Amino acid sequence: MSDEKNKNQAGGTDTGFGYTSRRTFLTRLGSVGLLATTAPIAKVVPAAETETAAETPVPTKPETTLPITLRINCQEHQLQVDPRTTLLDCLRENLHLTGTKKGCDHGQCGACTVHINGRRVNSCLCLAVMHDHDEITTIEGIGQPGDLHPMQSAFVTCDGYQCGYCTSGQIMSAVALLNEPCGPNDADVKEFMSGNICRCGAYSNIVAAIQPVRQKPSSSVAPRPRD
Amino acid sequence: MHTFQFTRPGDIDEAIAATAPATTTPTGTVIRIIAGGTTLIDLMKLNVEQPDTLVDINHLPLAQIEVLPEGGLKLGALVRNSDLAHHAAVQRDYPVLSQALLSGASAQLRNKATTSGNLLQRTRCIYFRDTAMPCNKREPETGCPAINGVNRMMAILGTSEHCIASNPSDMNVALTALEATIHIQNAQGVRSVPINEFYLLPGDTPQRETVLEPGDLITHVTLPAPVNGNKSLYLKLRDRASYEFALASAAVIAKTEDNRLTHVRIALGGVGARPWRSLKAEQVLTGTTLGETNFRKAAEAALQGARPQSQNGFKVELAKRCLTHALRLVTQTT
Repeated sequence: MSDEKNKNQAGGTDTGFGYTSRRTFLTRLGSVGLLATTAPIAKVVPAAETETAAETPVPTKPETTLPITLRINCQEHQLQVDPRTTLLDCLRENLHLTGTKKGCDHGQCGACTVHINGRRVNSCLCLAVMHDHDEITTIEGIGQPGDLHPMQSAFVTCDGYQCGYCTSGQIMSAVALLNEPCGPNDADVKEFMSGNICRCGAYSNIVAAIQPVRQKPSSSVAPRPRD
Repeated sequence: MHTFQFTRPGDIDEAIAATAPATTTPTGTVIRIIAGGTTLIDLMKLNVEQPDTLVDINHLPLAQIEVLPEGGLKLGALVRNSDLAHHAAVQRDYPVLSQALLSGASAQLRNKATTSGNLLQRTRCIYFRDTAMPCNKREPETGCPAINGVNRMMAILGTSEHCIASNPSDMNVALTALEATIHIQNAQGVRSVPINEFYLLPGDTPQRETVLEPGDLITHVTLPAPVNGNKSLYLKLRDRASYEFALASAAVIAKTEDNRLTHVRIALGGVGARPWRSLKAEQVLTGTTLGETNFRKAAEAALQGARPQSQNGFKVELAKRCLTHALRLVTQTT
């Protein structure tokens, strides 16, 4: 895929060499649109009202944030976050690591699955401030184009996805499963994967992808450092 | 979600001091202890819980499982559900507990949820979880719309005219059958509460679910030494094969000698306003010969006095069959 060589640190796509991805195009369209609409509105406000507004300052709630250090895919990030920020929102919004998806935001679908200290958890039910200095692995840290984790390759080979929205959560769950006492049968895998829902119904191919990877001695769950 | 102060106490005494100023008035406890957070953060997103302060206890030294010198097991408050379920001593000596834990939630949730957190799991009642709806448990004296409303998953035992919420935990049912003891520390010292006395029935105070007071911290749970030769299991019946709460469940511990039940403990899940220990069923069964007739008699005794709701009358018969099937499974010799 042509945007692979332009991937930046956060996994987005740089627009070097005159190349624009769909994501950056839409982002710019949104920003331009916002500028186009705000300017005329500012002109419409009558002078008298503007003076009144300047005399009575709007009270603002003090923004309370806490400093934390998150270690994600072997990289440290110093952040100031609102204590309400979930790890999921921190990954996606603060750090622009958008591989982890928000499905239900209540721990019921598994799309937000990440690893914390080697264990799979729902990041939507984790508060970022509670994971200072924990070792966090996201889908971006499992493998990269050209250097896929065996589980990622297996999902491609076995067609273990359709729309792809649940897929990063499925893969994170499946990789963690490699280190869990799961029984050998398909029924055991289905039970151990029951926290990851797929609305497209790719379940049978997901199980077909996972089983052969469990047999390989080289499969590892350790995060690979990002380059 | 409303914002909050976040504190991380360095030791147990600091944690207790941080929670002691909390109140249990109807406006809500303003200080909450957070461990795994799988219930609390879920409820905070719904504004059902609106703590002013969160006390993070995850770094306290309460995550050990220890074999006790007199037999029995000590389970730290912060032991993750998955670790507890897969522990060799638990699987060998208390299989009902391992099975109950593994039947609940998902792998991701089990990796985060803790022993003490699971003890304090809240009801799944849709009205409790919706701040737009009245709810006597969440806001006393506002009413119970579940009665004559959506109540299929709610309780048929231990309810009151003020609240029919069911306790959804599987672990709690197993711990109830195992006659676990809950150990609590506060500024005055330590105390132990048998699990059968830990949970309160709704009565006319459904907002009070346990005997815990502000400033209390659960430090660990202990299990008595297993009776030599007993077997145990957890049977859970539900709409889906996995990752779904119980419609009815049974935790059964039994010892058989010469085709007679010499020791039996029974607790039911999915049907009680709290984990439902059934002393009546145990009395009916102890000393009797194995067989369908006696199993069924015990089930009838266990569900005596059940008050089904408008949508869950089926639970009465379902719970009876769940218990008889569990007894059959736990006593079979093949």
